[in-house]
This record gives sequence, structure tokens and C-alpha cells, in this order.
Amino acid sequence: MSNLRKTVLHGTHVGLGAKLVEFSGWEMPVQYSSIINEHKSVRERAGLFDVSHMGRYAVRGTDATNFLQHVHTNDIGALKIGQAHYGFLCNTQGGVVDDVIVYRRGDDFYWVVVNAGNREKDWRWLASHQQGDAQMRDDSQEWALIALQGPHALDILSNFTELDFDTIPYYHAADTQVAGHDAFVARTGYTGEDGVEISVRSEEAEDVWMKLMGAGAVPCGLGARDTLRLEAGMALYGHELTDETNPLEANLKRFIKIEKPNFIGRDWLERSLQEGMKRKLVGLQMMERGIARADYPVQTDGITIGKVTSGGPSVTTGRNIALAYVPIEHSKVDTELDVLIRDKPTKAKVIKTPFYSRKRAKAQ
Amino acid sequence: MTIPVELRYTRDHEWVKMENADSEPAQVDKGETPVPNDVARIGITDYAQHALGDVVYVDLGAKGKHVEQFKVFGVVESVKAASDLFSPVSGQVIEVNQKLIDQPELVNSNPYGEGWMMRVRIDNIRELENLMDAGEYDAFLQTL
Repeated sequence: MSNLRKTVLHGTHVGLGAKLVEFSGWEMPVQYSSIINEHKSVRERAGLFDVSHMGRYAVRGTDATNFLQHVHTNDIGALKIGQAHYGFLCNTQGGVVDDVIVYRRGDDFYWVVVNAGNREKDWRWLASHQQGDAQMRDDSQEWALIALQGPHALDILSNFTELDFDTIPYYHAADTQVAGHDAFVARTGYTGEDGVEISVRSEEAEDVWMKLMGAGAVPCGLGARDTLRLEAGMALYGHELTDETNPLEANLKRFIKIEKPNFIGRDWLERSLQEGMKRKLVGLQMMERGIARADYPVQTDGITIGKVTSGGPSVTTGRNIALAYVPIEHSKVDTELDVLIRDKPTKAKVIKTPFYSRKRAKAQ
Repeated sequence: MTIPVELRYTRDHEWVKMENADSEPAQVDKGETPVPNDVARIGITDYAQHALGDVVYVDLGAKGKHVEQFKVFGVVESVKAASDLFSPVSGQVIEVNQKLIDQPELVNSNPYGEGWMMRVRIDNIRELENLMDAGEYDAFLQTL
């Protein structure tokens, strides 16, 4: 695995006895102890993830807002400084280049956080649509990205920062200090729990990682990251979203501001809204023994009607769950379908997503 | 990584244990008297369970079916993925470990004991010669 890319925390992971695997050209920890234990740690306490393999592209300039408005489906123009939007870079053909989060960090300064497997593709895509006074810079090497997720995440982080978390609600962020180091702390994540994603300079990442671990955060690998996001019903690029998928079919309409003029992909998204969807991403629960996995066919009466995009055991609920694209007429909750597992049709039914939602404090 | 000396191993990380055999596999008796020591217990190795991670599902087929040496007899699934299981010997399945259906995690906690998968009445004891002993398996693991 010598030609694989490594994050700045690679040596830390090795020292902690992580099991390493290839992921999108990177050698990354899949687990430290057990995916099940790490998953539970995040649901019940707090977990720590190295996600420095994700791309962080800075965009600066007086036309940065217009540029990002043009390439992103969400309303970047409405972002306040210290706020973030999830959304899509759509192509012109009816697909998704990537799902990305845009953070507004200053008047004319944004960070675009992209999937590890799409770094080069996104860079080329963004560069080819650059317009006016908007300069791109790849900050991915200079900054490490550490996700601290779970009900104890903020308590743990509060040992190391003066940041008042009441000032950064969900999908907000702030520049601050963590353990004496410059940090950009965002209330975002990919687990379905409260938590933060912390950017610190690469040379300071190990210090922050070890301090957070010392305060009780459990190191977690990509295995738990995947089972956590699946329970939370969150899309994973390459599975639920691809260069050929329509994000409207993945129930992600709220991240597409169709009323915005002239953003890339608007034409086919608008047409799709007018014509209505032919298929839809649904949650499945297995009703017989068996685990649905990505790419398994979904059938009814022996006829293949769709495909599983992600599947596996739900550690929190104890069920076997999956996400799958099926025709709209088979997408209603409680619809009975079969997943073809090793040539055996295995009973499943459509259930609502997310499969898991954390209990949230009631609004006042 | 535990590698018990009394077992034989496949390159796919299954183990086989001759039952009622103290240390050596039973010898064939030139085809006359029935061979008493022809029942083998089969499972996956400590290396395999470690490589898989948390085992959450096993599919071991049914008692009575015939399995072939080095052919698929079942499936083991970890949180992340499904993997085929290959039989170390040919023969008839006389028992599968029903306990694993409800407690697949026994494969992780005790791969050579409670995590066993099936018992097979083997067709031809000479097939054991196609398998590695503990020393050979250990050497094989060093090459991975």
C-alpha cells in the first residue's frame, strides 16, 4: 500500500494499532478496536475521526460569492460569515459531480470541503467554471480535519477552547483556538450526532488528536463512519450520489434552490421537478435473515426493479438496513420488496429514513 | 495470532480438526473396516476473524448437504462485507453450529472453540494432505 496517500495523522493511527485499508487512493484507518464498539462510542459518548483526506479548497475574491452561487445548488449568496451550506456541484447532464459543504469564512473568503475520492475531479470542475475575481487555493495539505462527534463532543472540546457553542448552532462555524492552536471549528458532521469538525494546522494535528483522546474521545475509523452515516440516512458519494444520479431522487430537494437563476444543472433539475420523479431513494429493513449490500438487486415478484446503494447492520437498532433506488410506485413506507442476496430473494420492507435520529433538546 | 498445533489449515484461513484424534489424523485402513475417526470439525482461524472484524452474520448451509474440498460451503459477514467460506475437506455435513446463527460474535471471541462452524463426515482422509499444518500456516501468514 506504499503508493497510497497518507494524512498527517497516519503515524498516529499506526501507533494506536489501527487496521488500515485503502480508501479512494488513501491509506486510512478502518477501525482501531471494533467497528461496533466505535459506533456505540459515538452514539453514547464521543468519537474522534481523522477526515484530513477530504479536500479543502479556499475560494477568495470579490466574485467568490457569484462563482460559488453558479456552481453550487444551495443559496451561497445567503450565507452569513460563519455559516455553512450543504449542497451539490451538479453537471449539465443530470448528475452530481460531488456533494460538498461550503463554509463562508469572510466577506470574500469561502472553504469548499469535498470528498476525498473527488478531489482532483472537483478541482478541475471548479477551475473550469471559475469566473471574475475568484482565486482557488488547495488548503488540504496545510490543514488537518478532525471530526469530534457524539453527545459528549462539546463537553470534551470545551476543555480546550474558549468558544461559546451557543454562538455556533448546527451548520455554523467560527475561528478560535483549540489547545492553544489556531482552529476553525464547525458544527457539522456525518454521524447523526451533535459534534464538530475541527481544522487545525497539520503540524499541530497530532497534539490536538491526542489531547481530545486524553479527554475521553474514542478514535474511530472509516468503518464506523460509514455505519453511523447510514443509520442517519446520509448519502455517500459513489453510492447514493454519482455522476449519473439526480439528487432530487435522493430526497435532497431542500439543498437545491431552484429559484436561483443560472446555476449549473438548473435546467435539468427544473425539468425533473416538472416531470416528476420516476424513482426514489428509500430505506429498507430486512424482514428475513440476511444483510443487503451495495449493488444487490431489489426485486418484486422475481423482477429486478432497483438496486441497493448501501446496506449493512444497524448497530444502534439491531436491524439490517439498506438504502436503495426503487421506482416511485414501490417507494411507499411498508411496501414489501425482496433483496436478492446470493441469488436468494430475501424479504425486506420500505421504512422511513433516517433509520436513527438522536433525541434533541426541545426548542424553547 | 493463535495457531493451534493439532489443526490443519487452508490458504483461505479455515481450520479442520479431526475428532477423536489425539494428535495425528486417522490413518486409512486399506478400505476394509469402517474408519472411526472420519469426522472433522471446521471453522475459521484467529487470523481470519481478526481480518474480518466484528462478525455479524453466518450462513452455514444445511445439515445433510455435501461439501467439496476448497469449494464454498457458506458465508460469513462482518459489519463491512460478506466473505465466502471454503471447506477444507469433502464430505457430508452432519451438524452445523446453530449457536452461531444467534451469536455470530462467537467467531471473534473463540474461533477455535465455540465459534466452530460445521462437522463433516469426510469422504477421503487423504485430502488432509492438501492442507497446511500449524507451522506451514504460520509461515504462510508471514507471506501475507
